Amino acid sequence: MSQNNHHDKEEKKMYNKGEVITGLVLFAVIFAFPFWYNMGKAAPVPEPVLTEQAKAAKECIKPKALMKTDHMQILNDWRNSVARDRNRIYVNSSNKEFDMSLSNNCLDCHSNKAEFCDKCHTYASVSPYCWDCHIDKPKEK
Amino acid sequence: MENSRRTFLKIAGISALGLSAKPVLDAFALDIDMLNKKINAAPKNGALTAKRWGMVIDTRKLETEEALKPMIEVCHKIHNVPVHENKRHEIKWIWEEGFKHAFPDLEHEYVNERVEHLPFLVLCNHCKDAPCVRACPTKATFKQADGIVAMDFHRCIGCRFCMAACPYGSRSFNFRDPRPFIAEINKKYPTRMRGVVEKCNFCSERLDEGLQPACVEASNGALVFGDLENPESEVRQLLKTNYTIRRKVALGTGPSVYYIV
Ligand code: SF4
Ligand code: SF4
Repeated sequence: MSQNNHHDKEEKKMYNKGEVITGLVLFAVIFAFPFWYNMGKAAPVPEPVLTEQAKAAKECIKPKALMKTDHMQILNDWRNSVARDRNRIYVNSSNKEFDMSLSNNCLDCHSNKAEFCDKCHTYASVSPYCWDCHIDKPKEK
Repeated sequence: MENSRRTFLKIAGISALGLSAKPVLDAFALDIDMLNKKINAAPKNGALTAKRWGMVIDTRKLETEEALKPMIEVCHKIHNVPVHENKRHEIKWIWEEGFKHAFPDLEHEYVNERVEHLPFLVLCNHCKDAPCVRACPTKATFKQADGIVAMDFHRCIGCRFCMAACPYGSRSFNFRDPRPFIAEINKKYPTRMRGVVEKCNFCSERLDEGLQPACVEASNGALVFGDLENPESEVRQLLKTNYTIRRKVALGTGPSVYYIV
């Protein structure tokens, strides 16, 4: 009983106060290292480069802003339509028809995959596996 | 005191779980919507169509191994089929088989000499009741409206259930990345990646362009392709006027490839 009381009193005391605090501070600094080290050094958002052909076409299948945000969804719908139903023609809102083919159509205009696709994908740290099968076709110069 | 704290924690925990589950459930709902959503799409103009595609192979016009080569070559070339030295990694869409392997249930010790040594051209039979379709857990292998047993490589998880289910060995598995083993890539057609199964697709990409399958085109009339459900079609005329056999019919798969022997 008396021993227990003795213990209770001791537990309120902090041992090695100096080391513990220093350790905690060090930990916090090291843990936050990537944040403060990179502060103010954010990589600029890349702009995808358009080929001459893409520039001349002026318009993609949908408005540019939508293509930026939704191209992955569109490609997903295209893939389902072609691979499952073999409906290969896409009709956009202005009744223009497009062959739903990543390699044979999209990349025909955007024949600069490195400058057009990869740039942003690398920046956003996404690695779509399209290219494992679909063929990138840089135009012969 | 103790008790009420426990109750409070329980309620708080369940609420937190509920709150965090909501977005997850929403994401799933969205995914399913995405699959069902139909975009404004149409088939190509001039695409060849049928109720059920089928093929008749006239072996009287294909008596030697040499005669089969052009068909095998053109198919494998246009579809970016890799050539592996290692037999166990072999990928084949269409190949040559001896009678006793192609038709084991028809083989016997006194079989006709010509037939015994005849090289048979074999490929996926695009079975009417295809066991591979039933076996595939992801619907990567599925039946299309025109009877073609197709593969959606995006969905294949490489489990190879379909290979176990197909009684004809029509399917091959990509144990390795196929790209380095393709001599000359046909840039109009995709390749596959490591870990997926592949097989003959009855040249559906060509049918959609209004073209006959490549092997049929290269066969000098030995292969005939057409609609099995149209009594006027050339395949039906051939089936009417010639005795034909199919592979392993007793299994009930309903092969759509017929052989005139
Ligand atoms: S031959 Fe084999 S792969 Fe082709 S449809 Fe029949 S079961 Fe499937
Ligand atoms: S290997 Fe691919 S196609 Fe074959 S059953 Fe599995 S998921 Fe389906």
